[in-house]
Amino acid sequence: MALIDRHYVRKLPATWWLRKPTYLVFMLRELTSVFVVAYAVFLMVMIGRADEAGSFAGLFDALDSPLGLVVHLIVLAVLLFHTITWINLTPKVVVLFRDDEQVDPRLVAGANYVGWVVASVVVAWLVLR
Amino acid sequence: MAPTDTDPGTRPVVLDVFRFLPDAETEPRFQRYEIPYQDDHVVLDALNHVKNEVDATLSFRWACRMGVCGSCGMMVNGEPRLTCEVFVSEYYPEPIRIEPLAHFPVARDLVINMEDFMEKLPTVTPWLVPADPKPVEEGEFLQSPAQLAAYKRFSMCINCMLCYSACPVYGLDDTFMGPAALALAQRYNMDSRDGAKAERANVVTSHEGIWECTYVGDCTRVCPKEVDPAGAIQMAKLSYATDWVKSMLLPGANR
Repeated sequence: MALIDRHYVRKLPATWWLRKPTYLVFMLRELTSVFVVAYAVFLMVMIGRADEAGSFAGLFDALDSPLGLVVHLIVLAVLLFHTITWINLTPKVVVLFRDDEQVDPRLVAGANYVGWVVASVVVAWLVLR
Repeated sequence: MAPTDTDPGTRPVVLDVFRFLPDAETEPRFQRYEIPYQDDHVVLDALNHVKNEVDATLSFRWACRMGVCGSCGMMVNGEPRLTCEVFVSEYYPEPIRIEPLAHFPVARDLVINMEDFMEKLPTVTPWLVPADPKPVEEGEFLQSPAQLAAYKRFSMCINCMLCYSACPVYGLDDTFMGPAALALAQRYNMDSRDGAKAERANVVTSHEGIWECTYVGDCTRVCPKEVDPAGAIQMAKLSYATDWVKSMLLPGANR
């Protein structure tokens, strides 16, 4: 282009995610991924030590403290937020049709919730039996 | 809006308008205009009142005044909106801050340079490439209502670019293809008559394509036509990822 570029370019500041509630919720959700990964690694390390402790129950004894309880409650809240927002988004991706009618998006999300509960029950049964 | 203690309409509408005159200034400024209140005015009417009665140097784009042409998108109090669809009464008597669409270079006042979007849009082949071409004499390509419903929502895009102004990914890195272009690619990918999905993959699944989207979702929230670009992009991710898995499991098989 022969013309001199006289455009005014606006740069996003590093604090762009504080500009709108929707951006903030997005960043919080991204942050929850760190908790998901960190707790998954923590669990794997704990399970790797199951032999030392003798049993799963022995592992959990080490976590039985007020601090352990508080940390676990925080992690639980964060993971619930992550999981629920994730499942609520699934109908956006999975759009099903049946007899020319779109399947109710709530059914798609509902199926995920059912799967989540079933998986949780199976894990609870394995750990607590 | 509930009537105030004073006579409604006696207080002026206060507009704080982003001004940038490239020939005279290097930095933008805000200029305040006060105009009479009319309860049937949209923000675009207020700007036209300023242009006609107060300050003829103010520049902005508009055309249809009925939410179809997609020309009058601006930031209204920080939100990308079609100014022909925002009533002044929504904000009155609070001041209304009007800026050019975010994330685009400003050419003058409220006019942005849309070249970037115009260059990107055709690269996703946003038109029908028939899967099985046939001569015109053989008639139309027929579709069932379900086949139409699969993509119809995504075909309502009017290229107003509000979604680009809502998207922080595009704001941080303008090499991103962006919501509207990717949603239109997915619209044609989902069209039962189309057969160019594999060709679109070069652009759509590139680093600047669907995988750069982190699903902030604000594009969908601001879309005046309820296109749901964020949903379209996630569907494209699933669709192309499924194709890739299939090609790994069944080498040589067609899509």
